[in-house]
Amino acid sequence: MAKTLYDKLWESHVVREDDDGTALLYIDRQLVHEVTSPQAFEGLRLAGREPWRVKANLATPDHNVPTTARGGVESISDPVSRLQVETLDRNCRDFGIPEFTMDDIRQGIVHVVGPEQGATLPGMTVVCGDSHTSTHGAFGALAFGIGTSEVEHVLATQCLIQKKSKSMLIRVDGKVGPGVTAKDIVLAIIGEIGTAGGTGHVIEFGGEAIRDLSMEGRMTVCNMTIEAGARAGIIGVDDKTIDYVRGRPFAPRAEQWNQAVAAWRTLHSDEGAMFDRVVTIDAATIAPQVTWGTSPEMVAPIDAQVPDPAAENDPVRAESMVRALIYMGLTPGTPLSEIVVDKVFIGSCTNSRIEDLRAAAAIVRGRQVAANVKQALVVPGSGLVKIQAEKEGLDAIFHEAGFEWREPGCSMCLAMNADRLEAGERCASTSNRNFEGRQGQGGRTHLVSPVMAAAAAVSGHFTDARTL
Amino acid sequence: MEALKTVSGVVAPLDRANVDTDAIIPKQFLKSIKRSGFGPNLFDEWRYLDHGEPGMDNSKRPLNPDFVLNDPRYRDARILLARDNFGCGSSREHAPWALRDYGFRVIIAPSFADIFFNNSFKNGLLPIVLEEEKVDDLFSRALGAEALILNVDLAAQTISGESVEMRFEIDPFRKHCLLEGLDDIGLTLQHVADIRTYEARRRREAPWLFE
Ligand code: SF4
Repeated sequence: MAKTLYDKLWESHVVREDDDGTALLYIDRQLVHEVTSPQAFEGLRLAGREPWRVKANLATPDHNVPTTARGGVESISDPVSRLQVETLDRNCRDFGIPEFTMDDIRQGIVHVVGPEQGATLPGMTVVCGDSHTSTHGAFGALAFGIGTSEVEHVLATQCLIQKKSKSMLIRVDGKVGPGVTAKDIVLAIIGEIGTAGGTGHVIEFGGEAIRDLSMEGRMTVCNMTIEAGARAGIIGVDDKTIDYVRGRPFAPRAEQWNQAVAAWRTLHSDEGAMFDRVVTIDAATIAPQVTWGTSPEMVAPIDAQVPDPAAENDPVRAESMVRALIYMGLTPGTPLSEIVVDKVFIGSCTNSRIEDLRAAAAIVRGRQVAANVKQALVVPGSGLVKIQAEKEGLDAIFHEAGFEWREPGCSMCLAMNADRLEAGERCASTSNRNFEGRQGQGGRTHLVSPVMAAAAAVSGHFTDARTL
Repeated sequence: MEALKTVSGVVAPLDRANVDTDAIIPKQFLKSIKRSGFGPNLFDEWRYLDHGEPGMDNSKRPLNPDFVLNDPRYRDARILLARDNFGCGSSREHAPWALRDYGFRVIIAPSFADIFFNNSFKNGLLPIVLEEEKVDDLFSRALGAEALILNVDLAAQTISGESVEMRFEIDPFRKHCLLEGLDDIGLTLQHVADIRTYEARRRREAPWLFE
């Protein structure tokens, strides 16, 4: 019978299954960071348990780390943040778990570091105590976020108790226009199906526009699958996947490489495989996107206006639109291109890879950050991304334009460190969540692609990057 | 995990869709390395008028009188009534920890975000999915002058109260674990032999995964 990619990934990881479909699923890779792991390690200790397979885990601190010039963990000035990172270091040391500590050049956001190291491989199950673990699905891996109890469960047993989700195919047919990026594709998808549109499903992304994306672009799409409510997002393996993985530190070598590639070549949905739901989108209709509200589904193309809640039929939706517009300080009917920004943030696990920084730099080159923009930050996703960008001279381009060039970490994506918005400040951000207070209490987030963020920085307001 | 069999208590109606985990427990409180103590900061940005930080004396902070949990009618609520897609956003288990720590044992909504739903069961917190119309009905009752008191019986899968009688569905395995207060890790470790067998087979098929 024709199988979906999800069927294949699921079946190859079932350790045992009960009659009601409750399965024990084997986990190949767990990524660990400082925020969602301390209580899991504490649980292990209290129960006197040892990790099942230490090498299946890889840890790095990211959420709390400062992005200004820094050394090791002792350079974190906030004592509460420092304790959390120290706790990760200590737990990894005590249990023998591989970790890229703060002073390691390979440190960075877990979802950037995993693929970069080849620690994420096609056909794996990948978990992390972080919802954006969906990122790793770009490699034809079944990857999803879990809570701390499950982090402990994976540490102790290398398995999770799971039930199979439903499957959805989102096919983006045809080609996107020039200047339309992976971020615009995924924002348009969420605008279409809504933030609960994928609930209970694993989404496979397919179609020409997805195949055309680089691995970086595919990671951006899968990263935001969770914003559509789905359990995971996956994309079938092709030459791009294999070329990306080849030669990475954790990737198989020599004879095993050939064996692995042969297995990976089967990681796509079979012709005629059935999905519970299929959504098709015409790539040619997608324009650069900007969110205007406090949920990623509150999104519109750059040439549109802020929508009017009075035109919304569903009362619950209308009510949340009203609330969102008050919070965002926006009036219905305002063209999105007239919205003025105070800060710009280029970074996060959605858009902090080398390709994102290249694309933003191409817009910024030879221009200046507008006078009304108080701060424009570029935060590379990992130490290795940063070095690569510096080799290419991207840091100089950003510096000359008036951007700040920072050390890797989550930074202003969630403002757990010192990088944040003040109340009322408006930000063009390449991150993935525009919830109330996400980038600082009272801060107003507009989600955009790296080129759109760069265009907003140099214009002082949102603008169609294609016209620059 | 603490077992849950029946819960009786006041229903607090939180009339918003897409309540995300950042709203349930703002990120500055995630720096804790403990599992407890999050209750006073549940819904912190909505509940207080000032900006909350870890280590503050919450009893001295100005309350937002418009926020539902500050309404005297809903004092000591144990059941939270919510709208679609409750708990969306991050995977932080701090969200169910904070709800539990505050005193909630049951959340009723038309739909929940997946990871939050999972995390709740692992912490003795019962998320109940009810049809939209039933949730609407409960909202209109809970928003009335008198607080709504409901009894939730997990074994019988019923919600009852004055002129309320509803049934809810729940996955049998999850129900069993919650009723008995079972520890998932303990359950899984009963299958050590199966895990070893799987690993041995997988190591032959895909040795690169075990390097
Ligand atoms: S960059 Fe943002 S979304 Fe990604 S892991 Fe860090 S905090 Fe989460």
